[in-house]
Amino acid sequence: MRRISLRRFLLGGLLVALLLAGGLSAFASSAPDGLDSVTRQGCTFGAGGAITSGRCIAQQARAHGLASSPFAGYATDGVDGPASTALSGMAGVLVTLGLAWGLALLLRRRERGSGSGERHGSGADAPDGSGAGAPGPDGLVDAGR
Amino acid sequence: MHISDGIIDAPVSIAFGVVAAAGVAYAATRARRDLDERTVPMAGLVAAFVFAVQMLNFPVLPGVSGHLLGGALATLLVGPWLAILCVSVVLLVQALMFADGGLTALGLSVTNMAVVTSLVAAGLVTLLVRRQRPTPRGIWAASFVVALGSVLLGSAAFVLEYALGGTLSVSLERVAQLQLGFHALIGVGEGLITAVTVASVAATRPDLVWALQRHRPAPATTPDELVSA
Repeated sequence: MRRISLRRFLLGGLLVALLLAGGLSAFASSAPDGLDSVTRQGCTFGAGGAITSGRCIAQQARAHGLASSPFAGYATDGVDGPASTALSGMAGVLVTLGLAWGLALLLRRRERGSGSGERHGSGADAPDGSGAGAPGPDGLVDAGR
Repeated sequence: MHISDGIIDAPVSIAFGVVAAAGVAYAATRARRDLDERTVPMAGLVAAFVFAVQMLNFPVLPGVSGHLLGGALATLLVGPWLAILCVSVVLLVQALMFADGGLTALGLSVTNMAVVTSLVAAGLVTLLVRRQRPTPRGIWAASFVVALGSVLLGSAAFVLEYALGGTLSVSLERVAQLQLGFHALIGVGEGLITAVTVASVAATRPDLVWALQRHRPAPATTPDELVSA
């Protein structure tokens, strides 16, 4: 069975992530999430979001130390409207991609350096995923997962 | 489910910071063995995807929204150890770059959203995904249950933290009721998102779904047979 190549899959997935963060995020609910809602129970809130009366867990909350960062609150400094969220979202997707991928690479290199000489992985994925290699390495790798 | 600074007192925040650090460190040692040419970029993509979907809050009740936590989704795709790392990276980026989630509370959030959800998900996968090649419906159902379970237990972890280090201006019982009630609903949303995503990946590249790779047959079987229609 001809299957989608790893590169296409990854690019497709990244595209979906960028579209979600860059496009759909503008339509996301702005209501407080479940945990925030729990912390707000018992208080009333004014127009600016400040607590006006009552007793609730949120009264103990401190302001965020990095609230002045250019992307704080998923808005982009200097940009107004939905583009503000879109840009910050896409920036976040790319930064997260890079950090996670980089971390994984780092861990893999350290494993290879200290591990046995045997190659991990099923070898380079053939572009069309034909998997024409011997079944042995595949079985060994996946048994370890 | 990000926790703001100040809600949980310092000693408990520090304690769970240690828990989170230990969890991440252990996950790193275990994840190393799983990393190959496929899972390295997959880890990057999974983290990026979880970040993106976490931005998409959906309403669950009037005035209450929810968002994907992602530990279950990540676990189903890349296993619990990489999942812990991926979600931790997401939380770190959110706290540092977007001021989303407290900094002193980061250990609590990492424990709940990365460590607890992923480990619970892995446990549920072990229980639920027994067949070598689940049907598409089976993948859907298992993913849904795994995700829902992970959200419920992840949210319960906050109740525990509140019991240990919260201000107790609201009774523990009330906190438990609200937290679990809201997150039961949020868990349904997470279940649906997770099921759709995992089913999509399973349909195109089942070899990239960790939950489906746990029952690989003996090496005598050729790889082509395993990539089922």
